[in-house]
Order: sequence, then structure tokens, then C-alpha cells
Amino acid sequence: MSQINKSAAQLLAPIVSNKKVGQYHQIIINIGDLASLCKPGNFVAINVGGDSSSMILRRAFAISRVSINSTFGGTMELIAAPHGQGSKWLCAQGEGAVLDIVAPLGTAFGIPTEPVPVLLVGGGYGSAPLFGLAEVLNARGCRVDMLLGASTASKIYAPMEGKRAVNSMRIYTEDGSMGQTGRVTDPIAEIIKDLDVAVVYSCGPMQMLSAITKITDSLSVVHQCAVEEAMACGIGVCMTCVLPVESEDGTVSMLRSCIDGPVMDGSKVQWSLVGKQL
Amino acid sequence: MTALDFSTTIGNTWFPAPTFTASGCASSGRELAQFFPLREMGGVVTKSVMSKVRTGRATPRMAETPSGMLNSIGLQGPGIDAFIAKDIPYLIEQKARIIVSIAGETVEEYSTLARKLRSVSGISAIEVNISCPNVENRGLVFACDPEASRRVIDGVRRTIGGELPIIAKLSPDVTDLVSIARGVVDAGADGLALINTVLGMVINVDTMRPHLGGKTGGLSGPAIRPIAVRAVYQVHAALPQVPILGMGGVASGKDALEMILAGASGVSIGTASFGNPTAIMKIQNELKQLLLDRGFTSLKQAVGYAHRPEAEQANV
Repeated sequence: MSQINKSAAQLLAPIVSNKKVGQYHQIIINIGDLASLCKPGNFVAINVGGDSSSMILRRAFAISRVSINSTFGGTMELIAAPHGQGSKWLCAQGEGAVLDIVAPLGTAFGIPTEPVPVLLVGGGYGSAPLFGLAEVLNARGCRVDMLLGASTASKIYAPMEGKRAVNSMRIYTEDGSMGQTGRVTDPIAEIIKDLDVAVVYSCGPMQMLSAITKITDSLSVVHQCAVEEAMACGIGVCMTCVLPVESEDGTVSMLRSCIDGPVMDGSKVQWSLVGKQL
Repeated sequence: MTALDFSTTIGNTWFPAPTFTASGCASSGRELAQFFPLREMGGVVTKSVMSKVRTGRATPRMAETPSGMLNSIGLQGPGIDAFIAKDIPYLIEQKARIIVSIAGETVEEYSTLARKLRSVSGISAIEVNISCPNVENRGLVFACDPEASRRVIDGVRRTIGGELPIIAKLSPDVTDLVSIARGVVDAGADGLALINTVLGMVINVDTMRPHLGGKTGGLSGPAIRPIAVRAVYQVHAALPQVPILGMGGVASGKDALEMILAGASGVSIGTASFGNPTAIMKIQNELKQLLLDRGFTSLKQAVGYAHRPEAEQANV
């Protein structure tokens, strides 16, 4: 059995910059040598609220990108939406504020050994880790196409520099306020056939991941998805973030999305059983 | 610096430090081993294990609350056979001291679990969890019924004989904790684990239904610490010779010292490890310093020190 949390370390890491990007915050943290251990798909768990806070649990964020040798040394970027008390606190921290972080945690996206065509699908700010992934896939020689979707324009996270590593980027909003009107899942089947896509990578709300799995299952395409389930610990001890997943022998068990995920094989996740008693 | 004897004993078992994981908050130790060597704490109390594989309750299983959280896991676990085959050898290899926590649906299941553990070497004690709140039938919470509590402990004691210390884990959700504690000690428990989580509920105001899949959950974290300190104090006052593993919201050395002064011989750290994987090491170091600062030369001197007569000054 491989060692659990084997690359993870806890450290005090200063914020290098915190910029508002639309509705979201792009936060860059100096993490030194730890940057070289972070892979696309991994996440970071951050203490919020300071020492006297009544918020006792860490908040998990997907690592959107790392830089091994920026002017600040090794850095990590994450995208946060100031929705709850914890993420509001984080988004209010300025340059120089020191964060207590544990990273890198969780599984990473698998990178194809051959330069095959791939499709990246992001919902809302779930698109964040796909940009770091796109750079790695691009370096591998893959043709990378990207679809981003949200209910409305302000919820799309699509930084200008994110377009560098992708062949094409299409945006879908349900209200038509940006890009094409409709759901991000609408064109997936056609793109897979037209471009002979070998792997679909996705990150976003559960309903989106479930809908993509329906499409990829019928086309026999690999679907690697990064799931999102409420976590208390992020390191595998609390057993709260579980999802029903089929194992090799066909049995379904509750796997932890923090250590057996967040990246999972979409075809193995039993989406219809999420939230049900097994 | 003065030397401090930091060791503690539960039943006939000696532990070099009074700091433990709380069952259900450290799985079987593997996950925390990346952050500190497991042998450096007093011992690992493993997640309560049942006879068979158990998938647990539906999600959502967690809700953060002010200075605490609700969990509704429902004893998900691999079953005793897989646990003995995989987890015990790992912990022995790590040179960790092991307290195995067991949970059953019937008095017989507890005895069956004890029988399987009887022949396993490398175990320091057995925690008998008779107080998990996350079961379908509240009638199954043995620790809410003095007679049922006694029968479970009696069955385990008879099965394992006098070899391994038995620690009974009790619920604070009872009217008279002392009488339940007295009953399980009479039935053969060598020590007590106080307290399990407090039954609670959060209602989601958007869906306007209980937030947790299992509807109710167990409240843990600093929010319940005063309840735990009270429970330890009351039981220690009534049963001063019985070692207590104190737990419930311990997040700092000061919190651990409170438990010790109330009468705990050791402390378990649970929810604090969720927020900080190195919490146990931090708490251990802080507790040592606090004991030294107060002039104690051994942990044992501080156990129950809050119970000394009014007239007696703090003069250690």
C-alpha cells in the first residue's frame, strides 16, 4: 500500500499577492520547495480565521497552478470565491499575511503517456485547476481544448493567460450573458467525435460531473474528474467526504474524496448513489 | 529544566505520555504518520471497529458549527478481520502503542470482537465504545442504559479474561453519568473514556430539512469542552481510583491540563487533529511545559488536582 499523504507538509506560507478577478480572488502563496511536489488536481487545506477563530476546520482549495521558480521562489496559486465565512476571511488577507497550510493533498490528474487529444471541462471556478493542467498537457504535446460553463458571466473564471496553453476555449452560460447560451455539457459528445478525444478532464459541480460521465460512458472515453464533497480534515482521518465508488471486484464502497480523490475515474463513481445510504 | 515524569497508567498498562488520538478521529494512524511519528504520543486509539464491513451513513456527514462540528459517519469501517490483518501490523511496525476501539450492535457482537482480539499481540488496551450516537436506533446506544452498559462490559471482560485493560467509552447524553460509570466499573472496566460526542442537529434553512444525511450527528470540538470537563470532574469525584481518558474539544496544552486537573489520567485529541494534523504533538509539548511551570514533577501529581480541599493552596 502506498503511503497516504506522502508528499504533504504543513507550513507557514506568506501571501505574495491577492487580486480580485471578477467575482473571485486569485491568491498566490510562497510555498518554497513544496511547489515541486504539487501536481494538477492536488489541493491545499488552509487554516482560516486566525488563532481565536470559532472556525475550527481547514478550508480546501484546488491548487490552480504552481511556479517552481517565480521571482518569489516556489509559489502556488489558488482561486477562491468569498462565499462562506472562511473563504471571506481568506480573500480579505493581504500581501504578507502568513497562512497555515497543508499541501499537496489528494490525487492528481493522470497525464497521458502519448500526445493524444484531450478535452478540459470546467464549471464555475472549478475551471481553476484546469489551467495548470492545460500547461502540463500542452508540454506533453497533447492537443488541448477547453469548455467553460456557468449559470452567468460573472461566475466564469477564464484568465487571459489561461488561453496560452489551449488550442481553443469555448464558454457557455445558461443565461447567455457570455459566450454561447446553454450548458457546457451540450457540445461534449460532438467534440469528442470530431477531435477524436482520448481523455476528458473535468472539475466543477457534481451534477456537471455526473452529466459528463453519462456522455463519456456511452463513447468509451476516459473521464477523469475532480470531485467536491464537504471535508472536515482533508487528510483522510474524518471519513466525512466519502463518495460511492465501484472497485475492481465490482463492489461499491464509500471512498474518501480527500485521499482517494479529488481526481477519480468518473465511470467508477456511482453518481446515482451520492447522498444515499448504501 | 526539572525532569518531569510524563507517563501514565491505565489498568496495568504503562504509557510514556498521556496523549492519545480519540477513536474515530485518526482512522488507524496511517494518515497522521506523514506528519509525526506515531510512537511519540501515548497511543493510537483506533476508529471503532465492528465485526463486519460497514459502509456508514449517507452524505452529507459533516456540518461545521461555532467552535465545533457535527459528524454523522455511522461507524464506517473494514470489519475486525481486515483490521487485524492490515492495521494492527502497521501500527506495530510504527512502534505505536495501540488501544483498539470496538463497537457492536448487540452484547454478543462485543464479545465476539473481544474474542478475536484476545489472541492478537501488540495491543495495549481495548476501548469498548458503547456510546456512538450515529446509529439508527437510539435504543442501541448502550451507554444510555445502565443495565445494557453493564452487560456489554461484563461480556467483554469474561471473554478476554484479566489480560487486557478495558476502557468503557461513555456518552454525556445521560441524566446520571456517575451511576453508569459505576456500573461499568463494577462489571469489569479498568478505565473510562469521557466523553463521546453530544447528539445534535443542524437544519439547512435553504432546503428546510436536517442538513446531515443521518439527520442527527455527534457534536465535537471546543464547543463541548466544558461538558467534558464537568463529566470528568464528576466521575473522578465519585470514582477517584478509576483512570479516565478525558476528551471533548481539547485543542491546546491548557485544555489538556484542564482535563488532567479535573481527574483525567490521559487525554484524547480528536477534532483538533482535523484542523491541525500536528495538534497532538503541539498539545503534548504545551502540556509538559504547563506542568513544569506549576511545579509538578510528574503528571500523576496533577491528576484530579482541582479536587483538593478548599483550604489547601497550590503547593506542589
